[in-house]
Amino acid sequence: MEFKLQPLGDNSVIIELGEDISRDIQQKVNKVSSFLDENSFDWVIEYVPGFTTVAVFYDPLKIKTKKLPYEQVCEELSAHLEKLDVEQSAEPRIIKIPVCYGGEFGPDLEEVAERNGLTTKEVIDIHTNGEYIVYMIGFAPGFPYIGGMSEKIAAPRRKNPRLKIPAGSVGIAGKQTGVYPIETPGGWQLIGKTPRKLFLPEGETPSLLQAGDQIKFEPISEEEFQKWEEIEND
Amino acid sequence: MIRITKPGLLTSVQDLGRYGYQKYGVIASGVMDATAHRIANLLVGNDENEATLELTLLGPDMEFSEDTLISICGGNLSPSVDGKPVKLWRSVLVKAGSKLKFGGCKTGCRAYLAVAGGFDLPEVMDSKSTYIRAGIGGFNGKPLQADDELSIGKPSELSTQITKVLAVELDGQKFAEMQWTIASEFTSTPASKPKVRVMKGRQYDWFTQESQMKLFTESFEVTSQSDRMGYRLKGPELLLEKEQEMLSEAVNFGTIQVPSEGNPIVLLADRQTTGGYPKIGQIATVDLQIMAQLKPGDKVQFTEVSHEVAQQLYLDREKQIHQLKQGISLKIKQESK
Repeated sequence: MEFKLQPLGDNSVIIELGEDISRDIQQKVNKVSSFLDENSFDWVIEYVPGFTTVAVFYDPLKIKTKKLPYEQVCEELSAHLEKLDVEQSAEPRIIKIPVCYGGEFGPDLEEVAERNGLTTKEVIDIHTNGEYIVYMIGFAPGFPYIGGMSEKIAAPRRKNPRLKIPAGSVGIAGKQTGVYPIETPGGWQLIGKTPRKLFLPEGETPSLLQAGDQIKFEPISEEEFQKWEEIEND
Repeated sequence: MIRITKPGLLTSVQDLGRYGYQKYGVIASGVMDATAHRIANLLVGNDENEATLELTLLGPDMEFSEDTLISICGGNLSPSVDGKPVKLWRSVLVKAGSKLKFGGCKTGCRAYLAVAGGFDLPEVMDSKSTYIRAGIGGFNGKPLQADDELSIGKPSELSTQITKVLAVELDGQKFAEMQWTIASEFTSTPASKPKVRVMKGRQYDWFTQESQMKLFTESFEVTSQSDRMGYRLKGPELLLEKEQEMLSEAVNFGTIQVPSEGNPIVLLADRQTTGGYPKIGQIATVDLQIMAQLKPGDKVQFTEVSHEVAQQLYLDREKQIHQLKQGISLKIKQESK
């Protein structure tokens, strides 16, 4: 696998795996992430995947070397990364995200439809039929940067961002779609809401999604939404 | 038990941070000034990572329901017990029923209050740090409020020894301070326009030569739009040579990123896990404590340091702190005899 290493400070190194957002580079990012999961170097504190990078935070005190810890880290990482084979990538997990579209849950659905010369049903169909990949988690706990939305339902951010967007809201900003895991201010156009919790602070992993996951949005009715919510709150 | 009677401006429970979960978008949180926090813990016989209270500019008022060994390190927010000033950077034994208050902010802007035994609070994702926006960690996921009651954990053997040494000195007073303090290299207050060492950031080359030069020659002011998440600075505009698309990637404590209008933002303890603005610089870990004590209106001068030197400085600093830790434990053992 090809890569470049650069420091991100005196306690971290960033592994560069490409330059553009693409499925191929995402797979490399995934491969490196799973490699770091499987090989627990005692000097690794944690790693953080980006669109085309993986940052590794390390503890310089745990590296036994006469050289600079950074040099040793680079040597050890390089030796392993060179051998990684992207061809042998694991199948992505498929996570279903039920969404109740429109109404009070998706106050901007009609605007998105109008802007693109579509009916609201067409917007929902296009949104649910997309093939989505989670590129990375960032911005807020459990917030997925999702790629793969059809440009047919693209819509610019709202001029006046909302001060409060409820957790679970599904939105569109430009060519991106996303789900808000916690209540935050934001400028995305809201088309629906999911009853599933994306941020699980008490869970074994605090995020429903992780980089590399495939997402399937499924339309549900308000009644189904309520049933789901009861299950999630149990 | 400690009862908060007045919360102060922003008082929160923090430890050295919540690490291992940034890949899920969970921010690291933790103390802003790790050195002051660690020393406060060492002076009461705690583990360095034990949670302390981080006090900001205007400290809280509190009452102690039992004799409590404490230490206050970092910025000087004028602490006093029952009206009598208390020294910073010391082990202090406070009598049950005493009231600790803070007055004006004399130096720095954040102080750390450690209590022997630490705070008896649950860990969330391996940390007691308060993550205010997500409402988790610390005391009910929030900054401290009036009437909050904090239970204290079980003190270590070293804590008990320190308490015994100070108990002899109490002699009817409300509190007793240790006679000795720690080396001045840890406690000295930085200059009015401190120098902070900065490594070139990953996108340093994207900026105009003029901007690259100005980063290291001109000074920057901390604006009022500054908090635990980051400091917005005001100074010369730092501009890109040309517009370039920047894809979101991990950021670090002390990353200096620059949005397109040209005013840099220094990312701090409550930074988001990833960022999409070009990074012109990265503050050396050893100088984060200087940055963390700056308040709005303060000025700072960045000076260039290589990545290699910054890492060596870090290793040297850690050696010093390790020696300090051993020194404290040795001194207590001698005095206990």
